[in-house]
Parts: sequence; structure tokens; C-alpha cells
Amino acid sequence: MKERRPRQSGLATSASHTSKVYPSDLTFSEETKGRSNRLRRRSTQLSVAMAPPPPQSHRSPSPSQPSGKSEVSDLKSQLRQLAGSRAPGADDSKRDLFKKVISNMTIGIDVSSLFGEMVMCSATSDIVLKKMCYLYVGNYAKVNPDLALLTINFLQRDCKDEDPMIRGLALRSLCSLRVANLVEYLVGPLGSGLKDNNSYVRMVAVIGVLKLYHISASTCIDADFLATLKHLMLNDPDTQVVANCLSALQEIWTLESSTSEEAARERETLLSKPVVYHLLNRIKEFSEWAQCLVLEFVSKYIPADSSEIFDMMNLLEDRLQHANGAVVLATVKLFLQLTLSMADVHQQVYERIKAPLLTQVSSGSPEQSYAVLSHLHLLVLRAPYIFSSDYKHFYCQYNEPSYVKKLKLEMLTAVANESNTYEIVTELCEYAANVDIPIARESIRAVGKIALQQYDVNAIVDRLLQFLEMEKDYVTSEALVLVKDLLRKYPQWSQDCIAVVGNISSKNVQEPKAKAALIWMLGEYSQDMHDAPYVLESLVENWDEEHSAEVRLHLLTAVMKCFFKRPPETKKALGAALAAGLADLHQDVHDRALFYYRLLQYNVSVAESVVNPPKQAVSVFADTQSSEIKDRIFDEFNSLSVVYQKPSYMFTDKEHRGTFEFADELGNLSITAESGESVVPAQRVEANDKDLLLSTSEKDEGREPGSNGSAYNAPSYNGSSAPSTTSQPLADLAFPSTGISGQASASSLAIDDLLGLDFAVGTAATPSPPPPPPLNLNPKAVLDPGTFQQKWRQLPISISEEYSLSPQGIASLTTPNALLRHMQSHSIHCIASGGQSPNFKFFFFAQKAEAASIYLVECIINTSSAKSQIKVKADDQSSSQAFSTLFQSALSKFGLP
Amino acid sequence: MISQFFVLSQRGDNIVFRDYRGEVQKGSAEIFFRKVKFWEDGDLQEAPPVFNVDGVNYFHVKVVGLLFVATTRVNVSPSLVLELLQRIARVIKDYLGILNEDSLRKNFVLVYELLDEVIDFGYVQSTSTEMLKAYVFNEPLVVDAARLSPLGPASIFAQGTKRMPGIAVTKSVVATEPGGRRREEIFVDIIEKISITFSSSGYILTSEIDGTIQMKSYLSGNPEIRLALNDDLSIGRSQGSAYGYRSSSGSGTVVLDDCNFHESVRLDSFDIDRTLSLIPPDGEFPVMNYRMTQEFRPPFRINALIEEAGSLKAEVILKVSAEFASSVTANTIKVQMPLPKCTSRVSFELESGAVGQTTDFKEANKRLEWSLKKIVGGSEHTLRAKLTFAQESHVNITKESGPVSVTFTIPMYNASRLQVKYLQIAKKSATHEPYRWVRYVTQANSYVARI
Repeated sequence: MKERRPRQSGLATSASHTSKVYPSDLTFSEETKGRSNRLRRRSTQLSVAMAPPPPQSHRSPSPSQPSGKSEVSDLKSQLRQLAGSRAPGADDSKRDLFKKVISNMTIGIDVSSLFGEMVMCSATSDIVLKKMCYLYVGNYAKVNPDLALLTINFLQRDCKDEDPMIRGLALRSLCSLRVANLVEYLVGPLGSGLKDNNSYVRMVAVIGVLKLYHISASTCIDADFLATLKHLMLNDPDTQVVANCLSALQEIWTLESSTSEEAARERETLLSKPVVYHLLNRIKEFSEWAQCLVLEFVSKYIPADSSEIFDMMNLLEDRLQHANGAVVLATVKLFLQLTLSMADVHQQVYERIKAPLLTQVSSGSPEQSYAVLSHLHLLVLRAPYIFSSDYKHFYCQYNEPSYVKKLKLEMLTAVANESNTYEIVTELCEYAANVDIPIARESIRAVGKIALQQYDVNAIVDRLLQFLEMEKDYVTSEALVLVKDLLRKYPQWSQDCIAVVGNISSKNVQEPKAKAALIWMLGEYSQDMHDAPYVLESLVENWDEEHSAEVRLHLLTAVMKCFFKRPPETKKALGAALAAGLADLHQDVHDRALFYYRLLQYNVSVAESVVNPPKQAVSVFADTQSSEIKDRIFDEFNSLSVVYQKPSYMFTDKEHRGTFEFADELGNLSITAESGESVVPAQRVEANDKDLLLSTSEKDEGREPGSNGSAYNAPSYNGSSAPSTTSQPLADLAFPSTGISGQASASSLAIDDLLGLDFAVGTAATPSPPPPPPLNLNPKAVLDPGTFQQKWRQLPISISEEYSLSPQGIASLTTPNALLRHMQSHSIHCIASGGQSPNFKFFFFAQKAEAASIYLVECIINTSSAKSQIKVKADDQSSSQAFSTLFQSALSKFGLP
Repeated sequence: MISQFFVLSQRGDNIVFRDYRGEVQKGSAEIFFRKVKFWEDGDLQEAPPVFNVDGVNYFHVKVVGLLFVATTRVNVSPSLVLELLQRIARVIKDYLGILNEDSLRKNFVLVYELLDEVIDFGYVQSTSTEMLKAYVFNEPLVVDAARLSPLGPASIFAQGTKRMPGIAVTKSVVATEPGGRRREEIFVDIIEKISITFSSSGYILTSEIDGTIQMKSYLSGNPEIRLALNDDLSIGRSQGSAYGYRSSSGSGTVVLDDCNFHESVRLDSFDIDRTLSLIPPDGEFPVMNYRMTQEFRPPFRINALIEEAGSLKAEVILKVSAEFASSVTANTIKVQMPLPKCTSRVSFELESGAVGQTTDFKEANKRLEWSLKKIVGGSEHTLRAKLTFAQESHVNITKESGPVSVTFTIPMYNASRLQVKYLQIAKKSATHEPYRWVRYVTQANSYVARI
């Protein structure tokens, strides 16, 4: 392998050449081929298959539409004939044959049996032939590892060709073989490829290192290629080489970090200021795709201070004007992430990104519009006002694909507010008559959603009722479902709605959901609807024709309700319904009928109080997604999570999750949170157990120079000095909790009890569960926004709770600042706040006295409902419950004299 | 990162298939095609461009009836992959001249060559036609341009602009012409798409122009190009005036809401004299995209009327008036209007002396179609149609019909008045001046009149 041979060398030279690397039984010439046992076996099998040579010549009309199996053997013999030929025009014939082979490969016919022949024909100077051969070899080497050996030799030789392009191509193919026992042959060529003076070869070599890692991680790491990549990333003049280094290092260290702490550290240092600045300073030299890579990478970097943030944003400002939507979205993500802790700048970012994103929606392909609109939808949910005057951009165009229209309808629903509802609903009503029926349905649903989120529904109710009069089946159906939901929220509209609903003939309603809605209204408002008992009666008569169990269930209940209000008229229908229900084959229907029957037997008035108790209007329909999940999706901005509207852990395997590594813990967390409150105390006991162990060790280690809480010697939260509290009896913690319990409003106490908070700690009589250790906060804690942001992103939520606020507190919350001062007096500091009445949002932090442990809180206060939602994240999760209690007590004192 | 890339024909055949990482099963193309073909998810009948089946994410874009697909298991940026798929299609078109199933099948080896250089192990390397040239060796086998459908993208300039070779835009960037050397020329196309909605009373409810300055360069030696736009062009509307048509009308300035630029464009003097300078890469690319909601004069006014005329009968009157200069001619105009569901028969009455007009009633989806070969500026055309209903309908027939939608192409006309004042090629070549084509075209995107 030392001496370079001319590429034009024929078969004979290449054969002798090979024998230097491999044992002599693997050579290319015809007569020696049989020496390899495996090859012999294969060729005999094939010769059987070939036995009757198919009498076909050039049957296939187009090279990419070959016919089948017999052609494979045909190709084999033709290739064999050409293998040694140096006749003029041989390369052209080879090209044709290779094309046929590859076209077979494309359509999924297995042409791996030609491997030997293809390799034999590969000794050529024709670069087109070479490339086709590389493609073929790359595709089949994995399933034919033994045959792949055959190719190593000529690939290695090409890796030393004087033409850099041949070197690059050969190196790429060599690394693409994906055969584990050949990795030893990769290390040498890769090493020289990384040092090649041609950037194309280096570019290929860098990705080659990544390929090697996937074939054999240990070989890759032992060869110390990663250090070379790091060096190239910071020094190579070619930006694509740099970009490939970044991709490769990110991928390798992310995969490695699950097992190696060193790799985790390496990954952290990758995100250091020098690297980030080096990449950002060259951003315009990168290709648009590499720019996306760099921007995504930088969005994980935490700047030290706000001037750094502004520098970065000023540098990247013009990326928002890029024609490539991927660059724009990557820039938007970076800007949003950078400014998370700077509420006012964050708002400016929203204003700034609006126009570029709207341009992307309208200038790109429908597919690109879809991707961008998905992101707009996410942004609108977080900041509804930003597009409230641009709602017309989301009007549907008649020729758009339905997936775009659907998203636009969601946008219109999301941006609707008092100022634009009338126009939006008018527009949506136009779509209700649309020829595209699915979109017409969606439009009606959108009107309904808007109605349910508005305070003033006057105009909307009229529109909905007009839908009922349109006499189109699907319009009526959708509208009925909406009217039902509307009545559950706004019972005051029942008079108007019932008058119209009463005119609808139940015969014209076929869809189960709509029918169920109509039946519900008949039952619920039977006193106002004249012929309700008779309509129900006729429905019961047709019991057997009703296929939907849902409808039958509703029918049973409606007849019951009607009976309580108008017994004489409904008696007959009720009897028939119960009889039919008892005979029903559907288990639920049968059970419900039996249940009603027995209830009625027992006591009619009890039955009424069970089946038709007085109801309260629904104030808010449950949101389908928790705000936690929405935040998760926002963290994964510019990824599929936004399009699917779910965080990545819900649709991605663990090993492919890549950079969103925290999703997993959060996923588990949200699942346990949903699985019911009964789980919570049990978990807490466990946490507390751990806690006791932790806290003792912390006492020893916690006194780091940076967190010299004792030095301040300031009065801590419960009035005693910080150092002494740690050694005080546990019962001391009771002081703040019991102290407030007298003052806190009754409602908040009730909720606390439900959540199982330890208000009994004060008595110290209950030995188990062990109460949390006393928690004192450092009154002079400091935390810079960057660290806050980093921690907020990295830590899982340990507690998520809702509190009620006292009326005095609400009254005092005219501006966010009032609360900030109050919380500060309790050693809880604010890092960011914003919002307007009735919604305020705060980010607080606090530090454990004498320890570095930090608590982070997101607190959302809605003054109209007097509720606050808090999310606590903590370095030391075991004490987060104690902190939450402190936080709550501090919050509940707000506004009290 | 991308695991596989493939192109499927309308029937679901693999035309090219490239597996970059071996992480997704081989049968993915089949899984994908079945999912797209029989898409059913709620009410949507059309598969969205991105979906997930068993942990594999499938991305696709439709280009000239072909499906360009990428798969991955990783949570990547959807916008990046979709943009990439479009770009791959464009690069292939640059090489093949014409992109369709036939040309792809004929040149699939070349396409593999391209794909190897565009993506390596799932990471995008380059989509620049220019840079890829160095690594692609197959000569494209050019398919016959004459077989293109008359509505294909290449034909929008074919009519009304006789001096321009229609074939030019379908020329491969690498293929040499039969004559030997390549013709030195550059095309700058200002393509505007109009979206407008008229209320039933003819009032404009919404309007928007989405424009692109597209360039396709066949110049050798990569000379620098300067492109000067209107001096009075301004960008960015003042706050709160979005869709407020008061502020800008009459003043004569062209106000764009927003725009973006290709990365080769340098904006050094754009703020001063509205000049873009760039060294155009090979192949077709958008120099600038822009969006305008400023009030403009719509090229067509549409009047539509449907009236009951006795039992089981109604009359439709459609009027199209061209409100542009008589020196300009619009072509391939098509007016469509959904009719009431119970319509069983339609008889048409064209104006006297109508030439090049056809009418049709699509029974299956109850739609009226009226096609006009061309409309000269300033003229007005009317169609009367008498409808017969199969049964008595209690429904308001106005609500059952419409809206009227129109598609058209108007060469050498643009509604925004954005102009390329001059196109300068900085080249010292003594041989001969390169050909410079600056062409305008306006098309309907969503041109709708409600009734």
C-alpha cells in the first residue's frame, strides 16, 4: 500500500495489489475466486439459479424500471464479461449496466448477489462509474460484511489519490460501509483525511469520524479523533468543516454523556463563551444550514449579563431577514431564549419577530407556511395580544391545503379578543358555508371556542343560532354541540337558544354527538320546551335503531330529567326507555337503566337529587394541556414538538431525544402529578426520609465560601439567627406555619388540607412522617438572570400548586412592585415580573441560608379569580416542600397590615 | 438530522431512495405512502407535511406531483427539513432543466450524485447549485420541454412575450447547448401573487401581495450584479396601521410590510439608494421576497349575482372587468363558482362575439367554470347562466352558492408598482453584452368575490 499506482491500472495490477493486504485467497481474478469458501458457496448457488439463462435481451424500456429476478442474473453475466475489458466503449457499457443495477436497488430488488462483479468492475478511472459503485457498495456492505472486505483495498487506494475529490469520495464510502470488523482500516485514512489540505476531504473526514463512532465508539475515542475535531472546529478556515465538527462533537458527546461524566463535561465546555463567540463571529460565512446549526447550538448558551445578550442580538438581527425560514425560526428561538428573564425586552422581541414570521407564512410553500404557522400558534398562546391587530393574516384562502386552513382557524381562535371578535366571527361564518366540509365544521367549532372564551357573547350567540337555521346537516350538527356547551357556561342564554333548538326536528339530526347534545338539551330544559316529552318519547320508540350507545345513555338521562319536571307527560316514555335500557346489550346502557330503575323504586326525590341536582355554570372548560406541557413545548421551540403540540418525550425514543435531555424527568413528573393526589403524600414521606440523610451531610459540606449565610447574621425568616436555627429542634418550623394559619383565609386552609400539608407539624406530636428540617432563607441571596434561566431550564418542577389569595392581597396587588417588596421582606427575591391586571407573572428565587441551594418559583396570579399558581424548582428537591410552605405563608400575608 | 430521503411518484413508486443513517426501517416508503394516501385523522382529508408513525417522523413536500420525503427519528426543526426538501427539488431542477417524473427517472444516477453531496450521514452539507457543480459528473439527459403541460411553471412567460425564448427557464445550468458555448444571459423575474377578498357589495375585505424577485443566471465568471428598485420604496408599516388603507394611498410611494433577502444579497447601499448588489450563484433563487398589504388597484373587478327566476330556476350573472391598461393582456383566466347543491342543469349564454371562451358545469361538485383565453386591459366580459334545480329548495340559494374564485396570469404587469429600475452587470468582458431579461408577472393566489 505504500507506493501509489496509477488509477488506470487494470484488473491484473489491482489483483496483485490486493494480495498484499489480504491473505491470498481473496483476489479478484476469475480463476482464483473459487478459493474463498464462502464465495464458492455463493457462486454455486447462483449458478443453479442461473441454470437456464433467460432468453431476454434488453427488455426494460427505462433504466429505472427493470423487470425482476431473472434480470439480476442476466446483469451478473454481463458484468462479468465486462469486468476485464479495456475495449473502447467498455466504460459506457459499464455505465449502462451499473445504472440498471442501481435502479433495481432503488425499487427494492435485492441485487447484493452482484457484489463480487460490481467490485471487479470498479477498477476504473471513470468517476461516474466509481460513484455508482460506491453507492452500491455502501448500500450492501452491511449485509455482506465478508464481501465488503473486497472493497477495502480499492477504497484505501483511492483515499490516497491525487485528486482531492476522489480522496473525499473514497473516504466517505469507506466510512459508510458500517461493518464493525473493518474499523481498523478506517483509522488511518481518517487520520490523514482530517489533516488533508483540501477542505472537501476534511469535511468528509469529520463526518467520517462520526460514522466511525457509530460503528465502533471505542475505536473512535481511542484514536483521539475528538481532540482533532475540537481543534478543527476552532481553527479550520472552511466553515463547513467547522459546522461538521460541531455536529459530530454534539452528537458524540451527547451519546457518551449518558455513561461518561467526562463527556458530559466536554459537552458543557463546548458551550463555553470562546466557542460560542468564535462561531457567532463567523456566522455569515456559514451556509444557511450551518447557520441553523450554530443558532440552535448558541440558544443553549447562557450569557453572563445583559450586555452580552444585547451584543448577540444586535449581531444576529439581520438573520431575521433571511429568505430561508429555517434560519429565521432558529434566530427567533435564540432571541426568545436569551430574553426569557427580561420581561420588557422579551415583549420587544415578540414585536420584532412578527413581520418576518408573517412574511415566511406567505412567501414560502404551503408546507413551510404550515411549519411557521405552528410556531405562530405557540407564540400566540403565550402572548395573545401580539397578533390581535394582524388577525386578517390568518383568514383562509380558498386554495390553501386543509392542514394550513385548520391551523389558521386555530390562530383566529387564539387571537380573538374584545376588539376583533366581531370581524373574526363574521369571517368564520363565511367559511361555515364552505364547499370544503371539514373546514366548514372546523370554522363552526372555532366560533364556539371563541364564544366560550369571551365575556361578551351577545353577537356570537346570534350567529350560532343562525347556523341552526342554515339547514345543512353538518352545520346543524356542529352548532347543536356548541349550543350545548354554551348553555353549560352561560345558562342565562337558555331562553334564546331553546326557542331555536326547539324548532329543529330530531329526525334531521343524525350524528351521534349532535343527537346527544340535542337530547341533553331536551332533558335539561324540558320545562321550557313544549314538546320535549313527546320528542323524547318518539326517540325512545326508535330505540332499536339508535346505534350509538352514547346517544342511548343520554336518552335515558334526559327522559329521567324530563320525568321529574313533567311527570304525567313523560311517564310513558320513561317506562319504555327503562324497559329498552334494561334489555339493551350494551353493558353501560343496561347498567344505567338498572341503576335508574332501582333509584326510582327506592325514592323518587332521592333519584331526582342524584340525576338532576342543581348545577353551577361551568366557569372554564378544562384546558386540554397543562401549562407545564406548554412550557415544555416552548422550550423545544423550532422542533417537531411545536408541530405535534406535544413535548418530545411523548413521541421520541429516548436515544433519539438528542439535546432535549430533561424532557424525560419532566414527563414522569407530569404523569405522577396527573395520577391523583393520593400519590403525593406517599412520595413525600419518601422524599423526607431521604431528606434527613441529605441534610446532615449538607451541614458539613454546605459551608462553601460563596454561601456564607452566617456572615451576614441577618434576622432570618422566623426571627432567630440563621446559624442557630439549624441546630434547633425541628418543632421550630411550626412557628411560621401555625403563625399564619390564623390569618390565612379559610379557603386557602381548606385547600392546604386537601393537599395534605403538614400543618400539624407545630404540635410535633405525630411521629411519622418525619417533618422536614427547618428551612431558613438567606435574606441577601443574589442570583443573576443568566443563572436563573439556566437553572429554570435544567431543573425539573418539584412542586406545582395553586393557592387562593386573600381579598386584601388582591386589593394590594395593583402593581407587581407591591408584591416584590413584600416578598423581599420574607427573603424571597424577584428576578422578573410582568403582566397587567388581572394576570401577573413573577419569577422569584430564594437561597437556603448557609447553603448554596437555590429555590426558583414561577408564580402566576390571577386577581379576578384570586388564585395563584406556583411552580417550584429546587437544587435540593427534598426541601422544596418546606420552601413551598414558606412561600405560601409569605404570599398569604401580602396585603395584611 | 435526516435518516432517509426519497422521491415517490404519484402512484407511490420509489424513483430515488437514499438511506443516510440506517436508523429507519427499509419499508418506510411504503408506510409513508399508505399513510398519505389514506390519511384519516379527525376531519382532515389531507396529510399534513409532517407526521409521526411509530416513532419515525415523516416530512414531505409536493413538487410537480412528486412526493419529496425525508424521515428521521430525531426531534429536528420541521422548517429546516421542509425547506431542505424544497431546496433539493430546486437543485435537481437546476440540473435537469425540467423537473418531472420522466426527467427524474432518466437522470436518477445524477440525482444520487447530488444527494450524496447535499447530505452526508444526515447532516446538510450544501444545497448550492454552484458548489455542487464541482462534484457532479453525470451529464443531464434533458427531456423534451414541448411535452410540458401548458400550465406548467415554465410556461407563464411563454405567452404575450414573444421575444423571450420560452425554453430559457427550462435550461439546465450544466448542460451545454447544441451550439457549443453557453449563451450568456440572466433572467430577473418579478413575480407577484395577489390574494384578495371582495365582499358581496364589492368592497375589499382583505388584500395582500406576496412578491418574489427571482433570478436565474447563466452568466459565466460570476460577475457582480446591481439591481436598483424604486427610489421611493419604503419598508415596514407604521404601528397600528396594518390594514388601515388610509395612510399610504395616493402618495405614490410603494410601501412594503416586510421583506427578506437571499444570503448572497448585500444591502450596503440599500438604505440610501434602494440598490441590491449580489454575485448571483448558479441556478434559480429568490433575490428578495416581499409582502405588501398597502392598498392597490386590483386588476379585476368581479360582479356575481344569483337570482331566483321562478320555481326550480335561477339565473347567474358573472361580470369580469379588467382594470389595467389596454397595452396589457391577461391570459388563462378561469372563473369558478360553486352552485346550489340541487342544481341539475345549466345553460350558458356568452356575450355576442365572444372568442376563446369556454364554459362548463361540473356536475360532480356542482361547480360552474368559465375560462377565457385572454382579457385585454379595460375590457369587460359577462356570462349569463340559467340554472335548473332538480327539486324545490327552501334554502337561500345565495348562501348555497359562491364564493366566486378567479385565477389568471398577467405578464408584464405588477400590482405593487415595485420596479427594477436597472440591472447592471459589472463585467469587463469585451466579447458581447449578456442578454438581460427583466420580466414582470402577476398571478392570482386567492382571488375571491363573495356573493
